[in-house]
Amino acid sequence: MSVKDEQSKKKVEVRYVARVEGQGAINVKVSSSGSTSAQFAVFEPIRLFEAFLVGRKYNEVHELTSRICGICPIAHQIAALRAVENALRIVVTPQTRALRRLLALGGWIQSHTLSLYFLTAPDYLGFDSAISMASRYEDVVKQGLRLKKLGNDLSEIVGGRAIHPISAVVGGFTKAPAKEELAEIRKRLKKEKEDIWSAVELFSGFNYPEIDRKTELVAISNDEEYAVNEGRLRSSSGIDSPEQDYRIHVQEKEVGYSNTKSSLIKGNDFMVGPLARVSLNNEKLTPDAKKAAKHLGLDLPCYDPFANIKARVVEVVYALDESIRIIDTLKLDFSEQPIQAEVGTPCEGAALTEAPRGLLYHWYKLDRSGVVQKADIVPPTAHNSTSIEASLCALAPKLIEKGQDPTLGCEMLVRAYDPCISCSVHVARVK
Amino acid sequence: MMRLDGMTSKTKPRVAVYKFTGCAGCQMELLRLEDELLDIVGKLDFVYFMMVQNREELRYDICFVEGSISTPRELEEIKMIRSQTKTLIALGDCAITGCIPSIRNWFPQSEAEKMVYKDTLPLRSFKTSGIWEYVPVDLMLPGCPPHKEMILEAIKSSLMGIRPDLRMHPVCVECKLRENVCILTSLGKPCMGPVTRAGCGAICPTYGRECEGCYGPMSDANPASLASEFRKLGIGPDDLVRKFRKYAGTSKEFKEVAGI
Repeated sequence: MSVKDEQSKKKVEVRYVARVEGQGAINVKVSSSGSTSAQFAVFEPIRLFEAFLVGRKYNEVHELTSRICGICPIAHQIAALRAVENALRIVVTPQTRALRRLLALGGWIQSHTLSLYFLTAPDYLGFDSAISMASRYEDVVKQGLRLKKLGNDLSEIVGGRAIHPISAVVGGFTKAPAKEELAEIRKRLKKEKEDIWSAVELFSGFNYPEIDRKTELVAISNDEEYAVNEGRLRSSSGIDSPEQDYRIHVQEKEVGYSNTKSSLIKGNDFMVGPLARVSLNNEKLTPDAKKAAKHLGLDLPCYDPFANIKARVVEVVYALDESIRIIDTLKLDFSEQPIQAEVGTPCEGAALTEAPRGLLYHWYKLDRSGVVQKADIVPPTAHNSTSIEASLCALAPKLIEKGQDPTLGCEMLVRAYDPCISCSVHVARVK
Repeated sequence: MMRLDGMTSKTKPRVAVYKFTGCAGCQMELLRLEDELLDIVGKLDFVYFMMVQNREELRYDICFVEGSISTPRELEEIKMIRSQTKTLIALGDCAITGCIPSIRNWFPQSEAEKMVYKDTLPLRSFKTSGIWEYVPVDLMLPGCPPHKEMILEAIKSSLMGIRPDLRMHPVCVECKLRENVCILTSLGKPCMGPVTRAGCGAICPTYGRECEGCYGPMSDANPASLASEFRKLGIGPDDLVRKFRKYAGTSKEFKEVAGI
């Protein structure tokens, strides 16, 4: 390459992306000829969960995998519990299903509001953090804190603890939540639901960058409800398969510059997360969530990764509605005990769930004593890593052309995916 | 234990929050102080907290470190942080014992890597251990995650220049305060409470299940005695090892029972 060509190249380099969970870097190179290359490099250290899970017992898998992520521990717990239960052929009771859904919705509310108010909003309101934003937008920050606390408290009531819950176990719950606590949190859910329209208004008014690039949207779906903890694997390109067939569709490759593996479907990138869910499961949203989507100008189907932000708002509205509905219809049997597992034959099981930031896959192979022989875990950010790079390639030249700061724009793009980088490391299949 | 010089000055204390090998759950627990956060940012100047803002300054009055040390880069960075910090706080089990990921320390590293990655050459990891193994630490907040009240206690006592009131006693004390039926002696479940440090509020026994030991060893723990009680309950040798080789398997208190 000549010196002239070298000079005409433009670069975006972010050594450590702030306001996302974990440690990731962005490297984008735009050449004068118009070709662009992008790397979303995860320098978060490896933790080798799939390796040390081998030799552990079936009833501690969810407890251990919870520690993959401090932001979406609930999604990892439920994916692990369901995968193990599928392996051991345990069918949980409707009460357990309802409580797990409530637990997961609490996780969505806290994770989504953390992302929206504290990681995303500062970009669009012109601040470097929610801390500096608080002086001018105190009410906004306070609403964010209230919603985040509400999500955490909901998870805590159901799961015993918000971060790394303790009462969800193989076969059920060790204890059902107290009625008084549910009644109390229902009041708060109602109150925040009434106030949520100011948030819808706020996030409608932002000037989002746009990326016009079609991609495949992937999420789970089921006929009964807006899929959170269980469903079939579906995509905008026509995939519709049971969860155990996940590996037929999704492949992985290792890339030397990153500790995260890249996921591909038929050799192409795809997108998971709130936008994929809202697009594929739109008809299952509550009327108010649909109303919010309309107000936000979310035209579906939509493939623009920045629209994940709007979809996140829609899902907060949905999660508030759905949590209230579950509490109102729960008929708790306090004598219900977790279903006891019977080990004795080698088995394997897979499960897909929707973590706040998208599709999550767990798979385990157990021996006759119920001890893990192999594990396979693919978190949402590994699913999205190739999509993030493709979107960076689409966005950076556009921003440079317009004379805008490509660095901030690229960071905003990464934040729109709400990546969870700790999760993404150690995504791997055991050979 | 705490170095308090500089804490009484009129300028806001400069605070950093770093994350090494871990899950970010401890930072999340700090951020779970929703009711207090606005007061906290009024009293403290967060000059390094990458999950919340893009600001990378040095010189810290207080530095919270979450996560364990497992790469050469982290080892260099923790030494740098120590040289820049008055009060260095290990936030949570990973920074103290390596926590759950330390289970891999019982395997040869290359074996574990080969199970997960085809190409292990770009990986630069070694055994995972607490930060105190490399640098002096002023305060350790145990837990997976450490309860937010404990984090608040550390912040408040730092501001007042006094020693924080941390609980060194076992979970059993908290269980008695909550009037729980004893999980170990009455229900015959292998509860780690008698050797585990308090601070969680005995949540597991309160939710009808045995303690798993996520706050690590209490002071003067007697794991050998508890292990013999577990054996009497019919817990086999493999299950026994798994119980102690979890949150603090490599700690000096537990490693003997965890290493059988």
